[in-house]
Amino acid sequence: MEDTLATTESRLTRPDTVAGFGRQIRSEEMVINMGPQHPSTHGVLRLELIVNGEVVVDVIPHIGYLHRCFEKHCEHMTNYQQVVPYVDRMDYVAAMSNEFGYAIAVEKLLGIKVPERVEYIRVIMAELSRIVSHLIAIGTYGMDIGAFTPFLYCMRDREHVLDIFERACGARLLYNYMWIGGLSHDVPADFAEKVKAFCKYFRPYIKELNDLLSYNKIFIERTANVGVLPAEVAINYGVSGPSLRGSGVNWDLRKNDPYSVYDKLDFEIPVGKGLKGTVGDCWDRYMVRIHEMEQSVNILEQAADKLPAGDVQAAIPKRIRPNAGEVYVRTETPKGELGYYVISDGTASPFRIKVKGPCFVNLSALPAMSRGAMIADVVAILGSIDIVLGEVDR
Amino acid sequence: MKETLISLLQNEILVYVLMAIVPLLWVIPFALFAVWWERKISAHMQDRLGPMRTGGWHGWSQTIADILKLIQKEDIIPSAADKKLFVLAPYVVFAGAYAAYAVIPFSAAYIGSEINVGLFYFLSISSVVVIGLLMAGWASNNKWSLLGALRSAAQIVSYEIPVAVSLLAVIMVSGTFDLQQINQMQSGWFWNWFMFQKFPFLLLALVIYFVASLAETNRTPFDIPEAESELVGGYHTEYGGMRFALLFLSEYANMFAVSAIATTLFLGGWNSPFGEFLSGPWWGALWFLGKGMLFIFVQMWLRWTLPRLRVDQLMYVGWKVLIPFSFLIVIGVGFWVMLAR
Repeated sequence: MEDTLATTESRLTRPDTVAGFGRQIRSEEMVINMGPQHPSTHGVLRLELIVNGEVVVDVIPHIGYLHRCFEKHCEHMTNYQQVVPYVDRMDYVAAMSNEFGYAIAVEKLLGIKVPERVEYIRVIMAELSRIVSHLIAIGTYGMDIGAFTPFLYCMRDREHVLDIFERACGARLLYNYMWIGGLSHDVPADFAEKVKAFCKYFRPYIKELNDLLSYNKIFIERTANVGVLPAEVAINYGVSGPSLRGSGVNWDLRKNDPYSVYDKLDFEIPVGKGLKGTVGDCWDRYMVRIHEMEQSVNILEQAADKLPAGDVQAAIPKRIRPNAGEVYVRTETPKGELGYYVISDGTASPFRIKVKGPCFVNLSALPAMSRGAMIADVVAILGSIDIVLGEVDR
Repeated sequence: MKETLISLLQNEILVYVLMAIVPLLWVIPFALFAVWWERKISAHMQDRLGPMRTGGWHGWSQTIADILKLIQKEDIIPSAADKKLFVLAPYVVFAGAYAAYAVIPFSAAYIGSEINVGLFYFLSISSVVVIGLLMAGWASNNKWSLLGALRSAAQIVSYEIPVAVSLLAVIMVSGTFDLQQINQMQSGWFWNWFMFQKFPFLLLALVIYFVASLAETNRTPFDIPEAESELVGGYHTEYGGMRFALLFLSEYANMFAVSAIATTLFLGGWNSPFGEFLSGPWWGALWFLGKGMLFIFVQMWLRWTLPRLRVDQLMYVGWKVLIPFSFLIVIGVGFWVMLAR
């Protein structure tokens, strides 16, 4: 900590002296510590702001307050299955999506194919958790901008999804549901109806959210033309997910590198168009999430209609031992591209698991977006890239 | 009321003290009620219930419990703080907020001090609050507090101009600064209220005054000095216990003061809306408080609906929107008054 402070001090510009009223007034840049205990850093992120008055000269994110040695833990598991609950705890607002990627990675390593029913249920769960994750992102973003009420409305709708999850697997936040080769339990008999009922319930509330927040004049003032991330910069930083699509890049792994049964479903990829300002500003990133929720509802309705009958567990041995080898699997989680690099040495436990987390990568673009903005804008920009510290730090 | 009391008690000083205490008898219960009310309003706007347990019926005694808790808290002064200023600041803020009540005509029978420059006094005394806020922010020796204090100073100073100019429009119609006289001019039915006079100029003046007063009292969408999601707590980040309670109390006192001025100048003050129906000093006080609470409700309603502006956008709204329009209103009313004479 002392080292970083020392380097920051050396980065500050020399104090300026300004002539005024017959004497010299000294002005210099100031270091402000934002977090790890701060209402808007979405967890335990610490930002070191170098400010000139209210204008931000530079932002230095300090991460690691929630580091839990996830990758090291994985190497010490007695089997591949035990990793699943740990995977849940990375991006804890969209745990299903994390499990999805891990399950695909290990199944690819084993070279097995899971029953079609499993694929559809997994897609439904992943899309539901996309809606949950975006609801949290939108609600907390409203709070960052100063609007409290949309957050509670988002939480209300989120409850309905959590109820569906609870009926399927008993847990509301960390599910341990997608096991290798299948699912922990089959879904209840009325699962498809419940999902469709949710879709019917949820559609009008997206409009309500738009009326309340998205097209609010003050909200647009605060987010349009703020924190612009040009497409080229976004690609160079490796930004993915809604933050990348907000910059106008049409890149979604569900379309560009389809996995599971996404190629059998009909949906669109919303991208930022700069309707209220510049392409790639905070409003675009925010709006991509709203449109993605609409598309997720479309996917849910189709998947619930197509949901085939069958088994929910592929025939695999209780204790799996993949052949020695390695695999890299990437999936589109609500936050972006989540990659699992799994190496097997032929034993029952993974030799190495490396995770490429979208929040971690997206966070790295924060300084580039924030320079020259105001302190209030840093809060808006941080909220618009939607990070979860559990996944940044792992 | 003053004369009656003097003849009754035969002691002038005692009477002045009593007169000074009367607004406090309103402000403290009001603040207790308003905090609870705001929590209930926000809760019902947000699909929640809010406090439901303390005291039984809808958690009515929640704020009383909160205040009792705050009183019992340890009095912490940060070791790096400027102790004298830190201790003094909440009192300066409260004194500024409370002093404004001296000229508020609660009823035909009661006004703390019937001076003929009442409105002028109100505008100037409410600026004292800024000094207290700056003291609090500076003395805390916390960068967030300092930013909050500087924001609030810039904000309150710039928004005083539209407030003053929009009130000027009323002064041009009434021809007096005396708030009690302004009230008497609006007696009769509700169309005599200044809000409906010189239509639509004074109605617009009310809107401008109300918007600017939101900024004066640091309410959403202009609550940037204490923007929770940016500055943690703004100037009161380092305050706790009773000192925090005092800052909080002054905030609510200020809220009612600006609402009371809006009521007096635009909504007929203590006049009954229906001529002689339910008029008189006691009913008048109720009408006055009721109209004031209406503005308080709108303030709360806005708070739980709107996001917050950024500091430069706030200055834009103040200087480039509210001030030009308030000048236009003054010019319009001025011509009207001149031509109608």
